[in-house]
Amino acid sequence: MTKQRSLLLLIFLITAFSLFIALPSKMRLRFDIRGLKIDQEISRPPLDLSLGGFRFKRDLEVKKGLDLAGGTHLVYQADMSQIETKDRDSALEASRANIERRINLYGVSEPSIWTAKTKEEYRLVVELPGVEDINTAIDLIGQTAQLDFREEVSPSAQATLAAVPLSFKPAGLTGKDLKRAQVQFDSNTGQPVVGLEFSTEGAKTFEEITTRNVDKMVGIFLDEFPISLPKVEEPITGGSAIIRGNFTLEQARKLSIQLNAGALPVPIKIVEQRNIGATLGEESVHKSVRAGLVGLLLVIFFMAAYYGYLGFLASLGLIIYGLVTLSLYKLIPVTLTLPGIAGFLLSVGMAVDANILIFERIKEEKRMGRPTRVALELGFGRAWDSIRDANICTLITCFVLFNPFNFSFLNVSGMVRGFALTLVLGIGISLFTGIVVTRTLLRVFSRI
Amino acid sequence: MNWMRLKWLYFLLSALVILPGIFSLVKWGLKPSIDFSGGTLLELKFSETARQQDSEAEIKEELFKRDFEVSSVQTSNGDTFLIKMKPITKDKVATIKVVLAEKFEEMPEEVRFETVGPTLGRELLVKTLVGILLAAGFILFYVAWSFKDKMFGVCAILAMFHDSLVLLGVFSLLGHFKGVEADTLFVTAMLTILSFSVHDTVVVYDRIRESQKEFPKANLVDLINKAVTETLSRSLNNSLTIIFMLLALWLMGGQTVKWFVFALLIGTISGTYSSTFTAAPLLVVWNQLISKKS
Repeated sequence: MTKQRSLLLLIFLITAFSLFIALPSKMRLRFDIRGLKIDQEISRPPLDLSLGGFRFKRDLEVKKGLDLAGGTHLVYQADMSQIETKDRDSALEASRANIERRINLYGVSEPSIWTAKTKEEYRLVVELPGVEDINTAIDLIGQTAQLDFREEVSPSAQATLAAVPLSFKPAGLTGKDLKRAQVQFDSNTGQPVVGLEFSTEGAKTFEEITTRNVDKMVGIFLDEFPISLPKVEEPITGGSAIIRGNFTLEQARKLSIQLNAGALPVPIKIVEQRNIGATLGEESVHKSVRAGLVGLLLVIFFMAAYYGYLGFLASLGLIIYGLVTLSLYKLIPVTLTLPGIAGFLLSVGMAVDANILIFERIKEEKRMGRPTRVALELGFGRAWDSIRDANICTLITCFVLFNPFNFSFLNVSGMVRGFALTLVLGIGISLFTGIVVTRTLLRVFSRI
Repeated sequence: MNWMRLKWLYFLLSALVILPGIFSLVKWGLKPSIDFSGGTLLELKFSETARQQDSEAEIKEELFKRDFEVSSVQTSNGDTFLIKMKPITKDKVATIKVVLAEKFEEMPEEVRFETVGPTLGRELLVKTLVGILLAAGFILFYVAWSFKDKMFGVCAILAMFHDSLVLLGVFSLLGHFKGVEADTLFVTAMLTILSFSVHDTVVVYDRIRESQKEFPKANLVDLINKAVTETLSRSLNNSLTIIFMLLALWLMGGQTVKWFVFALLIGTISGTYSSTFTAAPLLVVWNQLISKKS
């Protein structure tokens, strides 16, 4: 009995915690009970935990996908015909980083950009939530990166005393002359550095520039922004150079990606574009949520009508299921799309299934004349095999839909993935509520 | 109860639903959405002024004059127009809006703009098929392994294909007669139904497996009859809860998910039917074929 008491306590704590997370962050409470007036706004602070080096920060709002929040979905195809096969992956990555940098400059909140590679196609997927005038954004994204090298303008004699801001002039060397950039390690110090490799033409120009500018800075500019200002130590011949600068590995990698955006310019063109107006999304959410609530009530009513006391306890389990799921969506966080909502609602059905399987078994055992308590335990045990096998089959489908290893022959669309993720979560949580929660509630409150 | 005595009736009932579907699939196929065929979908909203008759035809004609290859114009609520055409770029949308603004003396509001290149559509189709076959293969192996007999695996997959055919057939008919399109959501629904179908079948098979252990000498057909009797109310009750949920969504949910939910609804009904009336009789047929051979 003590074990069940502590399980019950655990269930209670999980429910309370989920309720806390699942409720909207701001609520207005208004009561007026016989002169006792309460009018207060309750608000919950965002979650911000840090434990050692690990930081867990969530604003605890449901993240809405593009189809719910409105926004633009763009798919770009990269033209790799001018890029050597071995450089294509870095070129795509450079192109992605470049788009991300530009979008951030444009000031879009939470854009997501990812690369999608199939056998011979290289693509970039860009999702911009809630951008109104997207034509400007599209123009901005579509341009290829401009990389060039600039030399310091020597300050004129009169101005030397004043604090002159550094100014640069084009040195006649551009991204075209750079073959590639990559992270290397200094053979003496082991420090990460960025290695540059120039074309034959570029090597000559670079030699001239470095000869002219010993002990001065040579600026490397991407789309008019300086990304690195290395100082020339000696004239560099032979077409390869190294930028040192106490980089961390991450910094070195970032710089090499930026340089590659200029060195391996990839023309991109739009192959897919979807704009979803925010009103369409909002309407769909309201309707789906309302429909979901009605459906849930119907299910609870049906369960209670058919299975009586058992059904009532199962409905309690179902409500806990709903709360836990919603709070997990907020904690993970799961980006909710329309198919995602459908996946959630479907998993409600599957959550009930586990209970129905068990109850039917309990009924059978009772029909065979076993006492209630024994029937209860036997029912749970007998139903387990089919619950396990049935759910594993659903998990297999989810696995193929989610495509966790990014196999190029399978779907990588965010929508299908969102659906698979909500269904997997649903199965996991439904097993917990269907088996642990309902079972404990039955054991503790069973009077049948 | 001797459910299996009527097995040919169950197969006949399935055939009555599936054969027209197959006929429609072969003759007309599915009506692909722009997700698969490539193309542009533009939804424009006017206020009162455009509420005249024949606006659809007028829009189509007006755009044809400007060399837009419009394939269809549909209206909802009389003020929102859904225009489908060959792929166009975003800047062309501005042209269309101006053209229609001149025509109807009102600048339309752009509700939705989607365009998909033709190559992407083809790729999605191939990937979907690969996904379905892969999932089917995995499930076949798992069920065959878990039930220690390939008969169970093969029959579960056959019942699953039964449900896929029902769904594909119904949507092919709907596509031909009502213009309902198969899009990415339809594919998602299809995959869900595949897993639901097996989910439901496994519960029935599990009962057979359990009775086999209990009465190893008994005739398989008797065991199947026993299992069907024992699982019927559970199957019905479970499907009813899912159907309640889906009905609520279908009747009250948003326009964008309407057909998605409908696909799930058809699939759930077919999946429930097939686990008792297709998957179980198939075992009997399989067993008869085996005993005839030996």
